Amino acid sequence: MDTTKKTIILFSGDFDKALAAFIIANGAAAMGDDVTMFFTFWGLNVLRKSVAPPHKKSFLQGMFGGMMPKGPGKLGLSKMNFAGIGPKLMRRVMRQQNVSSLEELIATAREQGVKMIACKMSMDVLGLSEDELIDGLDYVGVATYLGEADEAGVNLFI
Amino acid sequence: MSVVELATLQVSKTVDARGTSCPGPILAAKKGIVDVKVGEIMMVLATDSGTKKDLPAWAKKMGHDYLGVLEEGGIFKLYVKRLK
Repeated sequence: MDTTKKTIILFSGDFDKALAAFIIANGAAAMGDDVTMFFTFWGLNVLRKSVAPPHKKSFLQGMFGGMMPKGPGKLGLSKMNFAGIGPKLMRRVMRQQNVSSLEELIATAREQGVKMIACKMSMDVLGLSEDELIDGLDYVGVATYLGEADEAGVNLFI
Repeated sequence: MSVVELATLQVSKTVDARGTSCPGPILAAKKGIVDVKVGEIMMVLATDSGTKKDLPAWAKKMGHDYLGVLEEGGIFKLYVKRLK
């Protein structure tokens, strides 16, 4: 098998962009590629648990934590969000069109062995701790991502 | 391959990806091909028309032989021969 590698940076926490990232990741994995997804800044919200244990945070970190979406079910659209109605409508259309939900795509990516790495620095900035994010992540810095990207033939920033 | 040749192929595994959307059919193909011996043929059933382009691309990348597609009432039957 002709295995190559792809890296995807998910910077955005928008529902539609996260969906695109996970569709590409799953497609690449199905084609036999090694895939590494690097989650940073708003993209970390895609990995948040809907319910997480309480944490001591600074006032600003608490504000971030409270205002940012908790997990894939709470993300907004990059266009036509309509105060949260947009994503609900899009989910309905996706069901009608038999497109996998974002939650299913995340689960499939993990089954396929897509490596997910989270930027520790932006977690610190946003006040997100490891147990607020889904299990099975590596917590890394930019050097780890760059090392992965060096081995990859394709790198996307989403 | 001609329509007749495709229709008379000896298929050793059928993968049903009908109703799934991108990337469902290639995920199904990836799962299914492991159950096919080298030299044997897998048929993928799909309703997503993008699969007609995607499955050949998948087969090329994975080093298998894409043989062709038959279309019957909105259902695509795509044939892949496992080469490795």
